[in-house]
Amino acid sequence: MTRHTLSVLVENKPGVLARVSGLFSRRGFNIESLAVGPTENPDVSRMTIVVAVEDLPLEQVTKQLNKLVNVLKIVEMDSGVSVQRELVLVKVRADLAVRSQVLETVQLFRAKVVDVAPDAVTIEATGTRDKLDALIRMLEPFGIREMVQSGMVALGRGSRSITDRSLRAVERSA
Amino acid sequence: MTSETRQITGAQSLVHSLEAVGADVVFGIPGGAILPAYDPLFDSTRVRHVLVRHEQGAGHAAEGYAQATGRVGVCMATSGPGATNLVTPIADAYMDSVPMVAITGQVASAAIGTDAFQEADICGITLPITKHNFLVHSADDIPRTIAEAFHLAATGRPGPVLVDLPKDILQGLTSVLPHEVWPPALDLPGYRPVTRPHAKQVREAAKMISAARRPVLYVGGGVLKARAAAELRVLAELTGIPVVTTLMARGAFPDSHRQHLGMPGMHGSVAAVTAMQKADLLITLGARFDDRVTGRLASFAPGAAVIHADIDPAEIGKNRVADVPIVGDCREVIADLTAALQAEPRSDLEAWWHTLDRWRETYPVGYDTPPDGAVAPQQVIQRIGQIAGPETVFAAGVGQHQMWAAQFISYEHPYTWLNSGGAGTMGYAVPAAMGAKVGRPEATVWAIDGDGCFQMTNQELATCALEGIPIKVAIINNGSLGMVRQWQTLFYDKRYSNTDLGTHPASARTGVTRVPDFVRLAEALGCVGLRCESPEDIDSTIEKAMSINDAPVVVDFVVHPDAMVWPMVAAGSSNDDIQVARDMAPDFDYSGDAEVNL
Repeated sequence: MTRHTLSVLVENKPGVLARVSGLFSRRGFNIESLAVGPTENPDVSRMTIVVAVEDLPLEQVTKQLNKLVNVLKIVEMDSGVSVQRELVLVKVRADLAVRSQVLETVQLFRAKVVDVAPDAVTIEATGTRDKLDALIRMLEPFGIREMVQSGMVALGRGSRSITDRSLRAVERSA
Repeated sequence: MTSETRQITGAQSLVHSLEAVGADVVFGIPGGAILPAYDPLFDSTRVRHVLVRHEQGAGHAAEGYAQATGRVGVCMATSGPGATNLVTPIADAYMDSVPMVAITGQVASAAIGTDAFQEADICGITLPITKHNFLVHSADDIPRTIAEAFHLAATGRPGPVLVDLPKDILQGLTSVLPHEVWPPALDLPGYRPVTRPHAKQVREAAKMISAARRPVLYVGGGVLKARAAAELRVLAELTGIPVVTTLMARGAFPDSHRQHLGMPGMHGSVAAVTAMQKADLLITLGARFDDRVTGRLASFAPGAAVIHADIDPAEIGKNRVADVPIVGDCREVIADLTAALQAEPRSDLEAWWHTLDRWRETYPVGYDTPPDGAVAPQQVIQRIGQIAGPETVFAAGVGQHQMWAAQFISYEHPYTWLNSGGAGTMGYAVPAAMGAKVGRPEATVWAIDGDGCFQMTNQELATCALEGIPIKVAIINNGSLGMVRQWQTLFYDKRYSNTDLGTHPASARTGVTRVPDFVRLAEALGCVGLRCESPEDIDSTIEKAMSINDAPVVVDFVVHPDAMVWPMVAAGSSNDDIQVARDMAPDFDYSGDAEVNL
């Protein structure tokens, strides 16, 4: 299994998320993460979907996605030519005895403390999955109280936009 | 009142939009939420409403109408249970790519999500079984939504589209008048079906075809959807390549044509199944490598390269890798292939045909006469086909009678064979025949049904009797769920668990025979009821049924209960293991059969 990141432009209409997520589960694919939000065009939303599949089933799922009437374009975000980021908020036990060590770890990862309590700090970090995994490994010994992670979002590198005609869509026509 | 200020209700907009889009028939049943639509529908002179007895009947009737005419079939139901009763025919239409628009009432917008009376989230329920669906939010949107629904249903790969209309939207006023805005601009930016095949792919395919020694034209329902039967015949005759037509494609190529090997698949002819197994090239046109065709996929047509043409790119490479994929409308693909092949040398297929003819002659599709002089179901179906003739439209249910109707009726024309192929929906035949007869009133329409299937939807015969829809129904009455019983005979040690329906005079149930009595049931439903119980009465009974044209006719053909469908490839087996009868595999080891090096 390999991990693939798909950027999916969809019409900004009610029920589109259900159509997309339902299609994945119906066809037997597990979504690892899904992030959805508005774009520069108010009529269009952008989903970033991370899915772990082999190449052939990926082709099938993108073809099926393309059949959804509300799906406008699908582009696979290769990690080499795109910027991929996730965000994590993590609440770590940090009383006076260990707080300075926690803050040192935060600085090391260029993360931020966004809330402080007498015995805990809440840390915000963005980055690639690998970086965030490493941060969490470092924080685990202090005691993680609570954690929440966003889905991955991704944008192609360079000046071209996903809406450019020159950017080849995945399997619009076989 | 000036035209600027003129307003109509959403319900009027719906009916006017249906008129504008060219819908001439709607099959449906009114109920609370859809009731506003039925008031203007009452006045429409261009849209005929056929009041069915169950919403499932409305859906299958819309399918039968669509499959017989090529036009979009329309069904209508109220919210909640009315809408959920449409789920089976919608799923059926989705599996068989039937163009259909389902219109459902919904509870008022403000009540959505409150578990209101007769509320069901029909858009959510039908998400996986529609090509697309719409919940209408404003009466202003009705003309555009109806136009989009019909466009989506009929173009690209056809399929069912559902339009859900909350009651307040139907009652609300709009100044968007369908006849003023028609045709409304469609707002479907993500819908761009590819119909023109890629010239490079077509050239590549033509090269492979002209180089092939053992090619087969594997023809599926997409050829009928693309209305490409005439083009197919030209291509087949130009190349001399043998043709197989799947269950969904029966009629796409004349059964009487010398190049036709019959139907492939689980109950296909030995020649069709084996030709595909031994082929070096499958020219796949609008077919989808369904498991009922391929048998065990890993051993299907192992030596064949594959050209796969389909309008739906997702079908290409889904089950079998395509060496030459062609996305496009089958009619354009076939026409382009034919043009490209004019420039290619013709492959010599004499040796291939020699082998095919030998298989065809040695293993024709046939049946044994029942030993005790009982009626052979295959003979009944064959005689109906011969007496009614090739202009007749046949609709089948699902099971043994369906397979026999696919095998023993000779289909010469497209759109004369309607059945539930992908979904396998028992109960399809009677309402589908009704819809076909409404769409093609000049045609004779026979439903070939089973005693099990018939009991699922026979109430639509009351609709037929009252609405003047004189279909003919042949109940192939073997007293049981015959195909299930056949599997019990073959794979469950003849333990007939829950398959005896008690409809046969020889029922094993003590003291119970002929429940229901189909002749009396037919009469109760306003039809003519006939019965045939001996082989010598088959022809005269069919002729009697053919002579009655002012009422629906139901014939109870009481047939031999042990007849089985052969040939058969057991589920999950390789097509190489096809059996022509129980424990009888064809012998392909002819001495001196060296014409084609297989």
